[in-house]
This record gives sequence, C-alpha cells and structure tokens, in this order.
Amino acid sequence: MAWTREQMAQRAARELRDGFYVNLGIGIPTMVANYIPGGMSVCLQSENGMLGVGPFPYEGEEDADLINAGKQTITALPMTSFFSSADGFGMIRGGHIDLTILGSMQVARNGDLANWTIPGKMIKGMGGAMDLVAGVKRVVVVMEHEAKGEPKLLEQCTLPLTGQRVADMVITDLGVFTVARKGEAKLTLIALADGVTLDEITAKTAAKFENGLDRAAA
Amino acid sequence: MSKVYSGASLALAELMRDDMTIMAGGFGLCGIPSALIGAIKLTGVTGLTVISNNCGVDGIGLGVLLEAGQIRKMISSYVGENKLFAEQYLSGKLEVEFSPQGTLAERIRAGGAGIPAFFTKTGVGTIVAEGKEVREFDGESYVMERGLTADVALVHAWKGDAEGNLIYRKTARNFNPVVATAGKVTVAEVEHMAEIGELESDQIHTPGIFVSRIVHVPNPVKHIEQVRTRKRELAGAN
Repeated sequence: MAWTREQMAQRAARELRDGFYVNLGIGIPTMVANYIPGGMSVCLQSENGMLGVGPFPYEGEEDADLINAGKQTITALPMTSFFSSADGFGMIRGGHIDLTILGSMQVARNGDLANWTIPGKMIKGMGGAMDLVAGVKRVVVVMEHEAKGEPKLLEQCTLPLTGQRVADMVITDLGVFTVARKGEAKLTLIALADGVTLDEITAKTAAKFENGLDRAAA
Repeated sequence: MSKVYSGASLALAELMRDDMTIMAGGFGLCGIPSALIGAIKLTGVTGLTVISNNCGVDGIGLGVLLEAGQIRKMISSYVGENKLFAEQYLSGKLEVEFSPQGTLAERIRAGGAGIPAFFTKTGVGTIVAEGKEVREFDGESYVMERGLTADVALVHAWKGDAEGNLIYRKTARNFNPVVATAGKVTVAEVEHMAEIGELESDQIHTPGIFVSRIVHVPNPVKHIEQVRTRKRELAGAN
C-alpha cells in the first residue's frame, strides 16, 4: 500500500496557508489546486504571465490566448492580472511567491534537486524550473518514491542539478521528508503513507535520513 | 515616415540576411508572430540565430524555419514539443543554448534596457553557471548573465496603431513586451489596427518608440498545445 497520486496532492495541499501566492508545477502538483481547503484564499501564479489562475474552461470556451505555464487552456478569475514573463519571473526571483510545488527526478539528502535533463536522452530544456527552485521561498517536491525500482532520494544526485540545496520538503507515495537547506545536510522522515512501514521506506531510500516520526506525531 | 506596412513580407523587406540574429515573442504557440515567421521562411535566409523561449512545434511557429533548415542556433529555455529539433540537434546541424526561462526573459529585458549583464541566483551550482562569473552578494552566490539583443525582433500583439503602440491580450503578452524592446529593428504584427488616439494611453503595454514597423494581420489562426476542459454541470440535471 502507498498513497495514490490524489493522496499525494492532498498531502501537498496541507502545505498551503491562507493568503499564499503559489506556483504549481505540471502533473501531480497541478492537482493540488483541487484540494485547497475551503475558506482558505490561495492565489495561483503562472510564470508565463498570470496571477489568479482559474479552473479549466468549459468545453467550447477555450481561449488560445489564455494558457498556463504547462501550455494548458485555463480561465481567468475576477481578481486575475496579466503581465509579461519578465515580471512573472521577477515575482519568482524576487521572493514574492510563497510556495512552489513541483515534480522531480532526483532529490539528494542535502536538498539538491535534479528534474530537467537526462544527458543523452532528454534535451528539452529546463524551462522555468531553475528560476522557481532558486527564487521561491519554499520548495515542496512531490514525486514517486522510485523510478522503475530505482530510488530517487539519494545521497547525491547523479543527474545534472536544477538547483543546489533548494528542496524544503519531499512528498512521495511512501511518505514525507523535511530537508535542511542550510547547515549540515539533514533529511528527516516525518510521515509514512498508509500501510507503509519504516522498513519498507528505508529499503527504498538511498539517502540516509533521521526518523522524526515520533516527534511529528507528538 | 510611416511605420505601417500592408503585409508581413513587405514589413520585413530589406531587413533579412543570412547569419543574422532574430528574436521572437510568444510562449509555446501563444502570442507567437506567426505571419512574420512565415514571411521569414519566404525570404529563404539561412544560418539564423533565433532567441525565443520555445521553437514552436513541427510545422507551426518557429518549427517552420527549423523544417526549412534556416536556423543554425537556438537560444531557448524549453524545446520539448518539437521532434525535428531533437533530430537536428543530435545530428549536429543545430546548436542550442539553454537559458532558464526567467533568466532568458531578464536577459532580453536587460538587452533592451541597455544593461550588458546582471547577476542572478538562478542556475548557481548547475551547468548553466559553468564558465560564467559567480559572485557573492550579502552572503549568497549569484551568476553573471549577459543581456541579449537582436538584429530583428518580431512580436505579436492584439492591438496596435500607426505610432507602433501595442496592447497584448491575456497570456499572449508573455515574452512579447521585452522582445519588442530588444531588437535593433522591431516588427510587430497586430490583430487589430486602431486609429491614432483610439488606444487608451494609460493602457498601452509597449510604447511606439520600440516598434519600427507594424503590420495588420486580422483573424490569425491560433493553435492550442494542450486543450484542457471541464464538464459543464447542467443545472437541474437528474
């Protein structure tokens, strides 16, 4: 047993706070928008040039001039503003965005993150990923714990980095870890997914981590 | 001297030559100067260095120039939607310089504003910083990035006037306002050509000084890369 994609998105939604400006990545992170707690006001930013991202449009109401950073059709809200991509990234680089939730291929014990290229295989480019991890105040990674049976939480990333010591938290289908971005490298397990044991997550994690389950429960 | 041209090819007349650097606004297929890109294809110029966040898709946008073998080098942040791109890159026909999206936008903004270089924390400790100066400010490391300009910059706007004032629509604004500032010559295609005085002075996104030539391209075909919709909840159903 482990968490489903929906459950991972739900767990990530617990990192939202009232009044937050948030940037969501593609995939599971996008689903976090479905779990914003009632009564909480969260403003979603899309770095191509929009604050206040609304839901997908109704069929037949798609607007080619209205897309998110994943190039998906979306809608505007009454509070929406549009701006240039330079301003969109000014918000990110300038530390005005409170939280970003994004996927990753690898995360190291010290918070190094690699999610943009596999040398020789994937040459798509980094898009806005490097700007987001370098500039947003808090970086939460949501990813599968393993890729084809290989651990993704490592002592050191083997893929080219997207950012150095940038991850604050890692949510996988097996559990939740916090990461120290400053000082000594420190990865701490704070929650296990339903039906997952400490032995199982230890076996599937290639990075050393501390057990913070008792502290988290207390 | 009128800035208004009656067609995309006329708007590019005597501007294009082999091995020049061009820049194009747009994000994905949103807000791209399609008509002007089509006109570049017709000129047959080759060896182009193209600065643009993306490279279109096969057969659309800058993909058209890629297909025609007119591009020698791309400076982009993301080219994942283009199969031909991967082919040409792997065969060595095409050179690529990846710049993080925010860094790319800022490099263009800086270029247009006369700033030759700036420091950013984006990319520190990654291959993006390799060979570049890294300097510490207030205890944090930043990498030096260079401003970008182009011989010709192409933008797409929603509305414009004969003065070259431009207004963009929704997220089709994206890179267009900064690209408009960074060309030695900037050519704008607009969906609606307004009379002078018709555009609200307070609402103009790109002041006409940045635009040398403008062409009216009514009812352009706009493509969507990722159509996502939700089901309409029918009132009173069941």
